[in-house]
Amino acid sequence: MTSQTTVFEEDDETTEPEESTLRAILGATATLIALVLLWELLSRQFQIPAWLLPAPSLIAQSMIEWHSELIGHSVVTLYETLVGFGLAIAISIPLAVAVVYSPLLQNTIYPILLALQSMPKVAIAPLLALWIGFGTLPKIVVVFLVCFFPIVVATTSGLTSVPASLMDLIRSLSASSLQTFVKIRFPTAMPHIFVGLKIAITFAVIGAVIGEFVGSENGLGYLILVSTSQSRTPLAFGALVLLTVMSIVLYYAVAFIERIVVPWAPRN
Amino acid sequence: MSKIHIEGLYKAYGNRKARITALENVNLLIEQNEFVTLVGPSGCGKSTLLKLIAALARPTRGKLLFDGAQLLRPTRDVGIVFQEPVLLQWRTVLDNVLLPTEILGLNKGTSRARAMELINLVGLGGFEKHFPRELSGGMQQRVSLCRALIHNPSVLLMDEPFAALDAMTREELCFELMRIWSADKKTVIFVTHNIAEAILLADRVVAMTPRPGRIARIVEIDLARPRTIDMEFTQTFKVYSDQIRSVIYQSQGAARS
Repeated sequence: MTSQTTVFEEDDETTEPEESTLRAILGATATLIALVLLWELLSRQFQIPAWLLPAPSLIAQSMIEWHSELIGHSVVTLYETLVGFGLAIAISIPLAVAVVYSPLLQNTIYPILLALQSMPKVAIAPLLALWIGFGTLPKIVVVFLVCFFPIVVATTSGLTSVPASLMDLIRSLSASSLQTFVKIRFPTAMPHIFVGLKIAITFAVIGAVIGEFVGSENGLGYLILVSTSQSRTPLAFGALVLLTVMSIVLYYAVAFIERIVVPWAPRN
Repeated sequence: MSKIHIEGLYKAYGNRKARITALENVNLLIEQNEFVTLVGPSGCGKSTLLKLIAALARPTRGKLLFDGAQLLRPTRDVGIVFQEPVLLQWRTVLDNVLLPTEILGLNKGTSRARAMELINLVGLGGFEKHFPRELSGGMQQRVSLCRALIHNPSVLLMDEPFAALDAMTREELCFELMRIWSADKKTVIFVTHNIAEAILLADRVVAMTPRPGRIARIVEIDLARPRTIDMEFTQTFKVYSDQIRSVIYQSQGAARS
């Protein structure tokens, strides 16, 4: 038999989006450079005081000057972010699995979790300082809390998104629960889990900074707070730049892992 | 002994307050290697009947024997094809076809050889390393047919397998299915709402009517095999088609009045 059906050539479909991505990156970079130049120009033109809004050149200068402090504080914030994020993954994914497999948890814990989700987690930060002090731990807990919910919700919805007919097929083969989980449910949930992870990692950096705002002796959040109060605004901006870069790099690191682990996930 | 023996079968859903009778007093004997199509409008219970035969649902009342034994749990002697291919996106064509053999714990080497044989049989030779997203809808449905046949079941259950495909692909796959069936005979129970498709494929067409779902008429199709597309334009075919259409529309008219 000669098959008359056609295969979609992958090349045809992928070249165009890739080209447009490249164009978007180039466009955004050019715009960013233009904006920075404009900022520089305007702050020189109008002689805006540096403590109010420092020129980009001043920010860069202070970043070089204070580079060892900036690196030290970045490491602290990065550490809090990653440990809190890792902890959230380690706890929320097994919890989501338990919720999906246990009707008892589904009707007891899960509705409460969903309700708690709407509580602004960062608002607990002062209480955490009260309970566990001003060390690294309360920051890790804040990060954990902000990451926890998106991952639990995404994993739960992913594990329950197996098409009904596929479940029928598996049941008709009398598959065990373990086989169903390993071969069907978990892989089906993977793209959903990564959606949750990508939301969580952007929250994670925010959580760490809020934690540092509340009470801390190091970290980029602390540095912003201190340098602003001392009118060292260029340094605060330097910390802000590093936070932004950290956030972007972490997001793309997760997206990169996703492409390796879940190559079948829809991309955008 | 019939392959599948259905007698006085009832299936109802819901509770006491809102009870829907999906199937009422269904009697049907399906012989070994027979090709039976279940045809009728939506809500006539044809898919429910298929689910009961697959033991994915329990009848409310009545007798359902598989090889003479009562059907209490799903049997591995059944292969299923659904309207959607429901392939695993992370597996290649070959690994999708092999899924049932992994679950049943069959020998890997022989399963692999049989999978390749089936993939070639449905005209997908060379595509075994492709992923589902790289295939057209018709090709994906061929893969799901291979998956249903891989563990060599004696019964093949098909729930509107070609309904989501375009007319040309649908016709192509109909003939393909008949070719595969004639080479390796199985008992096929094929659900469709397409009367022409039902006649073209079947040894017997079971016409069903809704509310409550019941068998209105069973029509023996006495057309020579291999069937050809020309048969659709013969007088005999038209007579069959009218017989089936009349019972289906009659009941719909009755329901309206």
